[in-house]
Amino acid sequence: MGYDPANPMQDRITDIGPPHYEQFFPAVIKKNFGKWLYHEITQPGVLMHKAESGDECWTVRVGAARLISIDHIREICDIADAHCDGFVRWTTRNNVEFMVDSKAKVQPLLDDLASRGNKFPVGATGASVSNIVHTQGWVHCHTPATDASGVVKAVMDELFDYFTSMTLPAQVRVALACCLNMCGAVHASDIAILGVHRKPPMIDHDAISGLCELPLAISACPLGAVKPIKATNSAGQEVKSVKVNADRCMFCGNCYTMCPAMPLADPEGDGIAILVGGKVSNSRSMPKFSKLVIPFLPNNTPRWPETVAAVKNILEVYAKDARKYERIGEWAERIGWEKFFEKTGIPFTIKSIDDYRLAYDTWRTSTQFKFTSHIK
Amino acid sequence: MPKHDTPLLDELEKGPWPSFVTDIKRQAATKPECWDILGQVELSYKDRITHWKHGGIVGVFGYGGGIVGRYSDVPKQFPGVAHFHTVRIAQPSGMYYSAAKLRAICDLWQKYGSGMTNMHGSTGDMVLLGTTTPNLEPLFYELTHDLNQDLGGSGSNLRTPACCLGKSRCEWACYDSQALCHFLTNHYQDEIHRPAFPYKFKFKFSACPNDCVAAIARSDFAVIGTWRDDIRINQAEVKAYIDGKTPSNGGAHSGRDWGKFDIKKEVIDLCPTGCMWMEGDTLKIDNKECTRCMHCINVMPRALRPGAEQGATICVGAKAPILDGAQFATMTFPFVKIDAETEFEEVVEKIEKIWDWWMEVGKNRERVGETIQRVGLPTFLKVMEVEPIPQHVREPRSNPYVFWSDEEVEGGFERDIREFRKRHAQ
Ligand code: HEM
Ligand code: HEM
Ligand code: HEM
Ligand code: HEM
Ligand code: SF4
Ligand code: SF4
Ligand code: SF4
Ligand code: SF4
Repeated sequence: MGYDPANPMQDRITDIGPPHYEQFFPAVIKKNFGKWLYHEITQPGVLMHKAESGDECWTVRVGAARLISIDHIREICDIADAHCDGFVRWTTRNNVEFMVDSKAKVQPLLDDLASRGNKFPVGATGASVSNIVHTQGWVHCHTPATDASGVVKAVMDELFDYFTSMTLPAQVRVALACCLNMCGAVHASDIAILGVHRKPPMIDHDAISGLCELPLAISACPLGAVKPIKATNSAGQEVKSVKVNADRCMFCGNCYTMCPAMPLADPEGDGIAILVGGKVSNSRSMPKFSKLVIPFLPNNTPRWPETVAAVKNILEVYAKDARKYERIGEWAERIGWEKFFEKTGIPFTIKSIDDYRLAYDTWRTSTQFKFTSHIK
Repeated sequence: MPKHDTPLLDELEKGPWPSFVTDIKRQAATKPECWDILGQVELSYKDRITHWKHGGIVGVFGYGGGIVGRYSDVPKQFPGVAHFHTVRIAQPSGMYYSAAKLRAICDLWQKYGSGMTNMHGSTGDMVLLGTTTPNLEPLFYELTHDLNQDLGGSGSNLRTPACCLGKSRCEWACYDSQALCHFLTNHYQDEIHRPAFPYKFKFKFSACPNDCVAAIARSDFAVIGTWRDDIRINQAEVKAYIDGKTPSNGGAHSGRDWGKFDIKKEVIDLCPTGCMWMEGDTLKIDNKECTRCMHCINVMPRALRPGAEQGATICVGAKAPILDGAQFATMTFPFVKIDAETEFEEVVEKIEKIWDWWMEVGKNRERVGETIQRVGLPTFLKVMEVEPIPQHVREPRSNPYVFWSDEEVEGGFERDIREFRKRHAQ
């Protein structure tokens, strides 16, 4: 029996959770579960995992847009059927992994992938730029300050050679979030591309009473910039509404989240900030937050040339200057942030000096610094 | 639905990286509403602003999460996306799939949705992007009945947990991250589907300190694999690295000539605790000094392996910057056994203790990390009945503003000012 609209609760099944993962394991994974000895990246995008049993699992990692069609997924299924006994997996960075159980099966798989145009770029291993993790942008969300998929496409086109090779000092993780909510948690990435608003919200006095609970809108503001007022709507009636103290506003959009009558998006006001130097692994140094080095770049559609150039510049200066194994944040700390700005040629602005909560932690309280061109 | 002119988006069909624009156009052949996706996004590219309205409360009966409502603000122009709700489907642990399962999901979405997806959403769910309110119940029926799949979480509830691929293919996994993730996802279905928390709560499971799912940066409850005995060394393999027979870092740096492998420069000198040295051809590690950063193991995977006494460190309270600033999760439980035999009872007990407390004292829209900030780590540790240890801090506090309590001070806080004045004139 199918779904019966007259009887929606009939035979209802709920709370079954995801299916057990084991049924989706390729045979070589199932057999050697928990018994892996070591791995080696034999060429960019190809990993060999060796098990205690002597078995080998060969993985081919390919990039993908995160926004993909079911036809594309079906094509991935065809490849999995043809080469991998019908199994496939995704990585947390939106890459697709095809696994086979012998070296001999790798080349035919690579040939098949290559025969399908540019849909399946092989790479994202080792000292490379892996795929960009990102959020929705103009394709689905209501609060973005920039697009996601388009910026990612433009940046990845430019960094493509770093995706398919392993020439960097260490892996470089790039992430994008389209507003300060940072659904993608970009705050610990080597390079973070972040959508930012720069104009305070407008207040729609006509709509506010219907759409919003004013106390929630007021308490939503972390800086107390939203205050209750009596306003006049376009019909000339007096309504309870709010105003925003623009001097206090940090353009976080939290009020808009709570109250749709307070939109702040704007073609000129919105754009991108660049943060660098975050990491999450514990390798060598502890996890680090990304730091804001470029406060604003415009939303220059469709290819965001300023953002693409800024990301590439940071990546290439780092690639030339850092030591083997050093992540971007470790490199910047070793040379000092003043040197980071000097070497990358990024103008240091007052916007990179923290004046939010806990700001003092980032001010320099020492006589140790380097004499860079910043000191006249 | 007619095709729209998309001169701006067409520019994104150029270049070597896979193009989502080309992909959406291909899908439009059988799902014409995809033309309206392109049409509306093109308009956003022109106006440089989103054309989606602030959500809407939609869902399936009995669930408070799993569907994100979305409406177009230009529905007349693009009726195919007038309603464009998202369906979050809980992914299997480790994101392994069979082609058969994926095809069934594709067929379902061919029938009930736009044909576009996110593989995967940032939380980890499969995200089916764009459907209408009337389609939700039939979709959910077939999803649960025919596909044996369920929705993920959204809103102020437990979000769909996610893990690294762990023991299935990684030699460094110190516990079975997939088993724990799967168990807890099923154990807490109610918490995932019916919001009862002050705000969202996320579990993430990485099976070693490399933390491939970024648990420490983005989960309220981060379980990160570790070990407490000695790094296992294979000296013959160490020698093979020194002699240049095995590429360092599993070949991760083979695209550039970094010169001959130098164990001193690349491993010993980069060890953050300086606890490694060579004695002739033998690599020595003072394991009591090791902080298990993984660097040496990453560089010489054939020679070094995590120790055999394995478990996990649990860190609590990460969040993105909104609103008070970003927080990493704070190390709370240094070493926990992750034991499937006992149904992970040590982990479950800790989770529930945190929830009981947070649901009582957490303010609306306050992540647990912010609650801990507000009351202080000492209070949180007391609530959790965790003995304070130096490992809980990077360094001791540098101010003396200690909150002593009445019971802690000899004689207590109650004193008699008259008594005092007899000895100390005003
Ligand atoms: C056997 C398989 C894997 C190996 C050998 C491996 C190895 C590593 C290593 C060595 C690091 C970096 C440590 C450092 O900073 O030096 C790392 C980090 C990372 N890995 Fe993996 N990994 C594996 C699987 C995965 C998978 C399956 C994913 C995602 C699905 C993943 C995602 C990540 C991410 C996101 C980081 C970055 C952490 C950061 O930003 O610092 N890894 N991995
Ligand atoms: C006030 C804070 C936040 C608000 C109001 C908010 C709101 C939203 C909205 C409206 C969406 C839906 C996007 C769409 O599909 O149209 C979304 C998606 C999402 N959010 Fe948030 N968010 C907030 C903070 C965060 C944070 C801090 C995280 C993670 C640390 C997060 C993780 C996610 C994830 C994983 C998604 C799934 C969408 C994707 O993968 O692109 N959110 N959020
Ligand atoms: C027209 C009214 C509203 C609509 C259509 C709406 C819709 C949404 C949607 C779709 C999300 C994303 C959920 C997700 O990430 O899964 C969201 C996020 C959120 N909304 Fe609203 N919302 C509305 C008003 C409000 C109000 C009045 C509140 C507060 C009482 C509120 C509280 C939140 C919170 C806390 C989030 C944060 C993101 C999360 O934790 O998932 N929303 N809203
Ligand atoms: C609330 C915090 C503090 C208060 C109320 C305070 C108060 C005082 C007072 C009243 C004196 C004068 C003592 C005397 O000679 O009669 C003094 C001396 C001094 N204070 Fe503080 N102080 C505070 C914090 C600090 C801090 C944080 C530092 C250093 C980092 C500091 C460094 C000194 C020094 C060096 C002297 C001179 C001591 C000497 O005579 O050798 N004080 N403080
Ligand atoms: S980061 Fe902001 S704009 Fe982007 S999906 Fe999340 S809430 Fe929406
Ligand atoms: S955008 Fe943020 S800071 Fe500005 S008024 Fe709204 S809530 Fe307050
Ligand atoms: S977190 Fe550790 S155990 Fe898990 S996949 Fe990454 S390297 Fe392997
Ligand atoms: S794991 Fe890190 S701290 Fe421990 S010995 Fe290796 S490099 Fe040193």
